[in-house]
Amino acid sequence: METLYLAIPLASLLGAIIAGFFGGQIGRKGAHTVTILGVGTSFVLSLVALNHHVFAGGETYNETVYTWMVVEGLRFEVGFLIDRLTVMMMSVVTGVSLAVHVYTIGYMADDEHNWPKDSKAGKNSYQRFFSYISLFTFSMLMLVMANNFLQLFFGWEAVGLVSYLLIGFWTVRPTAVYANMKAFLVNRVGDFGFILGIAAIVMYTGSLDYQEVFLQGEALSTQTMSIFMNTEWSVVSVICILLFVGAMGKSAQVPLHVWLPDSMEGPTPISALIHAATMVTAGIFMVTRMSPLFEFSDAALSFVMVIGAITAFSMGLIGIVQNDIKRVVAYSTLSQLGYMTVALGASAYSAAVYHLMTHAFFKALLFLAAGSVIIAMHHEQDMRKMGGLKKYMPITYWTSLIGSLALIGFPGFSGFFSKDSIIEAVHNSTIPGHSIAYAAVLGGVFITAFYSFRMFFMVFHGEERMDKHTKEHLHETSWVVTGPLIALAIPSVMIGAMTISSMLFGDYFGTAVFVRESHDALAKVGENFHGVWGFVEHGVFSWPFLLAMAGVLTAWIMYIKQPGMAAAMVNKYSLIRFFHKVLENKYYADDFNDAAFGGGSRGLGKRLWKYGDIAFIDGLLVNGSAKFVGWFSGITRKIQTGLLYHYAFAMIIGVLLLMTFFVIFGNN
Amino acid sequence: MTFIDLNFYFFSALLLAAALGVIASKNPVHSALWLVLSFFSCAALWLLLEAEFLGIVLVLVYVGAVMVLFLFVVMMLDINIEEMRKGFVRYLPIGALVALILAAQMIWVVGPIGPDILDDESLKQAVRHGADYSNTKELGRVLYTEYVLPFEIASIILLVAIVAAISLTLRRRKNTKYQTPSKQIQVKRDDRLRIVKMDAEAKE
Amino acid sequence: MLTVTLSSYLTLGALLFAISVAGIFLNRKNVVILLMCIELMLLAANINFVAFSHYLNDTAGQIFVFFILTVAASEAAIGLAILVVLFRNRHTIDVDQLDEMKG
Repeated sequence: METLYLAIPLASLLGAIIAGFFGGQIGRKGAHTVTILGVGTSFVLSLVALNHHVFAGGETYNETVYTWMVVEGLRFEVGFLIDRLTVMMMSVVTGVSLAVHVYTIGYMADDEHNWPKDSKAGKNSYQRFFSYISLFTFSMLMLVMANNFLQLFFGWEAVGLVSYLLIGFWTVRPTAVYANMKAFLVNRVGDFGFILGIAAIVMYTGSLDYQEVFLQGEALSTQTMSIFMNTEWSVVSVICILLFVGAMGKSAQVPLHVWLPDSMEGPTPISALIHAATMVTAGIFMVTRMSPLFEFSDAALSFVMVIGAITAFSMGLIGIVQNDIKRVVAYSTLSQLGYMTVALGASAYSAAVYHLMTHAFFKALLFLAAGSVIIAMHHEQDMRKMGGLKKYMPITYWTSLIGSLALIGFPGFSGFFSKDSIIEAVHNSTIPGHSIAYAAVLGGVFITAFYSFRMFFMVFHGEERMDKHTKEHLHETSWVVTGPLIALAIPSVMIGAMTISSMLFGDYFGTAVFVRESHDALAKVGENFHGVWGFVEHGVFSWPFLLAMAGVLTAWIMYIKQPGMAAAMVNKYSLIRFFHKVLENKYYADDFNDAAFGGGSRGLGKRLWKYGDIAFIDGLLVNGSAKFVGWFSGITRKIQTGLLYHYAFAMIIGVLLLMTFFVIFGNN
Repeated sequence: MTFIDLNFYFFSALLLAAALGVIASKNPVHSALWLVLSFFSCAALWLLLEAEFLGIVLVLVYVGAVMVLFLFVVMMLDINIEEMRKGFVRYLPIGALVALILAAQMIWVVGPIGPDILDDESLKQAVRHGADYSNTKELGRVLYTEYVLPFEIASIILLVAIVAAISLTLRRRKNTKYQTPSKQIQVKRDDRLRIVKMDAEAKE
Repeated sequence: MLTVTLSSYLTLGALLFAISVAGIFLNRKNVVILLMCIELMLLAANINFVAFSHYLNDTAGQIFVFFILTVAASEAAIGLAILVVLFRNRHTIDVDQLDEMKG
């Protein structure tokens, strides 16, 4: 099996290398063929591995493939830990990636229009793009398959790097460059916490290997460390919170969420790849993988849960006021990530991963549908200029409806199972702060339904607000776009019902996820679980469903029945106007970051440049030393008169001084 | 205060006076002559110290050769004496001051007052040799046995000095006529002899 | 007090040395006199050597005087030769005008 595991990431890497370095030679067709072949191989092999572990009952594989170096007993290795959690992630990652690859053929077909004529970066941009997304897949696979913290960190950073490259793919757009810089910087903040956490692990356990570290999890919970002055902190809490800071960056939790909406500047396939399947789920996956550590720290779990709840609720609210179709989906992703994080905090790791999986399908579907709409609208993303697209784009319409229903948790759709189980798990949790989280996720259901159907109604129903030229050319997109849509719509409906009993309440994850008895909120939910139909029946009469329906209804009233109502309400009530303004400005998080961190560091940099570089280094050290030498030599030059007797006098005076010295001090 | 001591004071005074004459004379020729006198008196002092050979050498070599050289050069060069004396008075105070300090310090160390560094008994009174003692012979014995290598080096230094002095001052005058033997040897018949054929002229 | 001892000779050497130093200050412009002053300095040193040689009853001191005389003679010869060449080229031996080494 080792060869097979090794082949999974390497197939993607190979595709990336060929398309990246030899893009010019192999041409467009060659590039997408080779990368799709590579990722396709990864996907098929992942399915083989999935089959091996899930159905054939294969043992957990945990081996070192390559030892990089050994420093004072600390082993730096490349190794794979393959269990049921891993194979599921691998399948999701490679599956979504494959769909995105195929979709990209259509989306990027006329990419040369996005570049200035004859620009060097525009040459082979198509091949480069395929190389990047394959490399992204490789990085993500390395992250997921790691059996040690070093490799995890490698994958973590590689994912961050490629996402930087992809968000800023259109380097000629200032907004894209700004967005990728933002993503990179915000992720650095999280990564700083992450690497501190890894450092703390190495410091207290002396190992980078997962298994060795997990075995010491319980021992770590009794140790304390002092960080500030004499305050004592539980080691495991410190480690977990630091690791979670890394996850906050990658999975875009408040307050490190600001990069994700901006990452919409990248091409739409990237939005799908990053938001739905890969990068943002890295944080969720990592926390799940670290469950043997998190389980020993109630403080860390509580922190995780509260952060997740804030994200789930507040980001959904922003989604309500956005007009850019991709941004709505982006804020929806943020909100759903909040749900997953809440689940992690409630120790319902399997529910988080379960939601991650279902979300991957329906969010990818929604993104690709949004992309399809954007293509049809000639790259127009403003929803206020759409409407009534139902009759022009039937496939996109129906698949979007499925995606939206899955997102709001309509009973029977995949999102319903995952979201409801999360809400129930939070309800049954005993972690401090669970009541706030419960209120937040319940409120989030309403908000999710509201913004989802607001978008849905604005795009596909109502009056046709697009201009005439666009209207004439409106038609359903080609099969490379609609194919993946249909392919993703099926699991968006089915996958939840298919897998809930095994993944959530069965023994799917086995030893991959560790939950302590006292935390096991999911088990309490499981006690009331009587099959899929029972769950659906129960769901129909529960609060979440009613709230979701209320949200859909509100959206219908405000955007179909009385389209002017929203604007009128904003104008009429100052309180609503205030909230609207706050939401439109995204809680002023961007402005705050720009002013405080951006402005602060720009000011600091300017000051360092002005006083540190120009005044101190250039002025004092570089030019100063030269000037001093010049000044000093100017003086000594005058001493060198060239006149013989001056030298003679100097010698005589010198003799006199020496003699005086010896006469005075030479006695003793 | 023996006769020898009297001699010492006399020649010492003469030496210092001559030295002052050297540095204070307006004319460099006078300075050179004063220098001759100082060498003479010094030679006399060395005789008192039973260094007969060195005393004679000082007179022969210095007065006889070096000082003649000095005089020769001084007279050969056309020196503007007035120009050279400029600044003499101006530098007198500082020169005197430095000289005084130097002298005071050195005398304080070696003289009768100050730290008595010469209180070793053996240094108080020198051994007087008899009439049969030959300073030259003694010097020669040491020079050609113990110091034979430095002696050879000294001779080389003198040789180098001669060569250097000659090569520095040697110059070939443009209008001097001289022969080049190599050219004389290499000369051929054709360079010197030309046979001119001409018709015989009729006798008038 | 008036008895001649080693100290008397050393004092004489010191005075002679001081006079020649003063000479260098006073006749700073005339290279010939400068050379003479250097000869005087060497003479002062030689007096010390001879005096010590006598009072220590050791001929080595006189050997040194012998060598010093050799070097002094060489120095005088070369110095004067340089002086001649200098005068031939510059028509002066005024030190004030010999400042080619000026930095």
